[in-house]
Amino acid sequence: MSFLIRTVSHSAEGREIVRTRRVEGERLTVGRDPACEIHLTDLAVALRHVTVERDPGRLRVAVEPGLSVELNGRKASVGTLELATGGDIVLGGHTLRFMPTAAGSDEIAVAVERTGEGEAKLDKSAERLFSLASVLPGKRGLAWLLALLVLAIGLAWPIKAYYDRRERAETFAKFHADEIWSSGSLSSAHAGLKGNCTACHVEPFEAVRDTACKTCHTKVHDHSNPYRLARARPDLGRWRRIELAFKEKFDIPPGRCVECHTEHEGPQAMPATAQRFCADCHGDLKSKLPDTKLPNAGDFGRSHPSFSPVVIAGWSGDRPQLQRLSLAARPREDSGLKFPHDLHLSGTGGVAQMARRLGGPYGFGQKLECKDCHDPTPDGARFQPVDMEQDCAMCHDLAFDRSGGTTRTLRHGEPAQVVAELLDFYRGRGAARPAVLAPAARRRPGDAPDLRNRIRFERGPGSADRAIRIIFSPGGACFDCHRVESPPDGGGSLNFRIRPVAFPIRYLHKGWFDHRPHATQSCSSCHSAERSGAASDLLIPDVTSCRTCHGGEGSSKPVPSSCAMCHDYHMDAGAPSMLIRQKVKGKRSDRRVAEARR
Amino acid sequence: MATRSIPRTDLGASHEGFLRHRRFLWLKVALILSLLALLGYALIDVQPRPNGGSAYGYALGTVAVLLILWLTLLGVRKRAMTRGRWSLKAWTSAHVYLGLSLVVVATLHTGFQFGWNVHTFAYALMILVIASGVYGIVAYARLPRQLGASRSDMTRPQMIDALVKLDRQLATAAQPLGHEEARIVQSSLDENAFGGGLWRRLSGRHSRCRTARALAEARRRLAVATGDRAQALEAVAALLERKAAALARLRGHLRIKALLEIWLYVHVPITFALLAALAAHIVSVFFYW
Repeated sequence: MSFLIRTVSHSAEGREIVRTRRVEGERLTVGRDPACEIHLTDLAVALRHVTVERDPGRLRVAVEPGLSVELNGRKASVGTLELATGGDIVLGGHTLRFMPTAAGSDEIAVAVERTGEGEAKLDKSAERLFSLASVLPGKRGLAWLLALLVLAIGLAWPIKAYYDRRERAETFAKFHADEIWSSGSLSSAHAGLKGNCTACHVEPFEAVRDTACKTCHTKVHDHSNPYRLARARPDLGRWRRIELAFKEKFDIPPGRCVECHTEHEGPQAMPATAQRFCADCHGDLKSKLPDTKLPNAGDFGRSHPSFSPVVIAGWSGDRPQLQRLSLAARPREDSGLKFPHDLHLSGTGGVAQMARRLGGPYGFGQKLECKDCHDPTPDGARFQPVDMEQDCAMCHDLAFDRSGGTTRTLRHGEPAQVVAELLDFYRGRGAARPAVLAPAARRRPGDAPDLRNRIRFERGPGSADRAIRIIFSPGGACFDCHRVESPPDGGGSLNFRIRPVAFPIRYLHKGWFDHRPHATQSCSSCHSAERSGAASDLLIPDVTSCRTCHGGEGSSKPVPSSCAMCHDYHMDAGAPSMLIRQKVKGKRSDRRVAEARR
Repeated sequence: MATRSIPRTDLGASHEGFLRHRRFLWLKVALILSLLALLGYALIDVQPRPNGGSAYGYALGTVAVLLILWLTLLGVRKRAMTRGRWSLKAWTSAHVYLGLSLVVVATLHTGFQFGWNVHTFAYALMILVIASGVYGIVAYARLPRQLGASRSDMTRPQMIDALVKLDRQLATAAQPLGHEEARIVQSSLDENAFGGGLWRRLSGRHSRCRTARALAEARRRLAVATGDRAQALEAVAALLERKAAALARLRGHLRIKALLEIWLYVHVPITFALLAALAAHIVSVFFYW
């Protein structure tokens, strides 16, 4: 009975070295103890790890208590091996391979081989172990990976999103990858277009065209005829010429909307147009466009022409003829009314006296003020045309009779009715009662007894005709304020006519003026009404008056004013967008006028 | 062989590093470039606010992208060392200073408009690359001296050799030990001195070092052991102690080497990510012009 033990090891070149020895006996002990039949210098192996004992036809395997081996690939602490088939015992880093043995054979062959890790785990030549390359993926692989990842997410994905949008009209509420291309928020005006890239960026690699803007902005005026606009441009500087050459090269038409209306600059409103932007062309427009009707205009404080308000220059029949006339030519206005402002605003004299007498109910003070007759428009920007009944009649009333508790008044604005009323008053009633109130001449403060005497004197048969003629004649109620046309059919007729009266509501049509922000100023600081003796005086202040407070863009005056404060590039009839935006932002308050008037 | 005479500086150093190359020539060039960019930024009034899409913005962007492409070429250039004016040292000097000037040029190109988009992403990558480069300069200036000291006059193969020898002695000395104790020694033998991930390399902290544990365990058992077993344990503990010291030296060395190398693992791959992001940035800007 013996075991033939073949110890297998490998040389450095990998050659197999086999040493064979024979162990007599029925038992085989395996362990780290040198006394064992199979001595393994493997620290994973116990001093006496396992005992293999021959039993007829098989081998009994007994492992020390608390330890285990791998018996034919299965962990076990006790078991058997068939001699006929042989088998493996693995313990620590070693394998004992029992060869198949015939039943009657005396000798059992066992191969002992180290199968675990080799002894030398550290290779002295492995300089690479010292480098980070041993614990990190390669730089090159990492570079490729990152680059491809960035290209896929930052380029391919958004481009796909663009074509997705084109293929199907997808809702833009959904996220599209091209949104990661957006360099900044859209302006507040275009906030609704967020995420809708293709609304403006229609074709790839084509700069945004005006056609995209005009899809929505259908009613924007051109500033001027584009050809005249082009001619008016100042000579290009070197840099502008280079810029233009670039644009031509890359097919970017000049003068696109987006050149001024820049986008993706954050959620802000468009800034006010700089003065230079206007002055570059308008400062010397005459030399570029000799036929222009516009005078040159630059800095408001230094080179702004006189205002040219629209005034009633004359009448064509009953229609007022409006004309833009420069204030420099001291134009006069033909409103059809006679009205001395100086008399009405004087602190002394009859008007002031009557104002004091009527006082309270009408809110008059020691003398008449502008506001006693002039009412602002509901928006407060301008003033309503003067209305006789509302604004004049508190003093200039047309009462001529009192019947019981009712006062009879001549109808303003209807001369034929006035004639009929008076005829009726004199003729139809027979004996007339004495009038308490003046019927004929315009009542002036303090002259009531005189009037009364005249009326008494004139009363009698045929006095109606005379009274009517007096009303329509100099010194009469109508004549003092209105232009009266004598009856066309000669002296016998009473068919008097009054020339119509008109007032422009807005004088300055090319620029914006709003009274509200100017409420801190007195009216007379701009309108010299106190010195005006005739209604034909045009009381629109000229540019010199404005310059008291307003200067050009860079001026040190209290209100530096760029062109945009009064003018809009796209010629809107309303307030300039700059003022509207300031108001929306709360930088401008127009309530001051209401407070001042209270 | 004729020796070339080397001009010595006041410091007595025979070596002029890439930072001081030609009396900071490239530092001056980079400063002038940055100042010009700043001057243009201050003088050119871009409405409504400075941005990369203005004429000046395009100019700065073009300069920046050309700089980045040239800086990337150092990777190609460094594989061919030459002397003279266009020596690799000159290239490295220019690489460092022009790379730093990119912070000014590219930041002005952004017009200080940042957002969650591909453009700011490219900018962030660029800053990351430059920051890692700055770290690299500092590391190269300070760490190599420590790296030498950490070896304590041993070559790297010697360091490995020492460990291998200690392991062998441990395996022998542990033979008389019982199974439990042998397992403890084995766990130290099984430990890979170069194991552990990036973090262990950079921090130098190996709190779960098996050799250290084995040493502690051996000492604990030694206190109560007697006879032959005590003798064997004592031998093992002494060897484990020596191994722990050798490991600490090796790990200190590895840590400095890792600190010296780590920046390139950011600098190089992120540079390529940056090139890709730049491609996305430029194409996207003109795709949606």
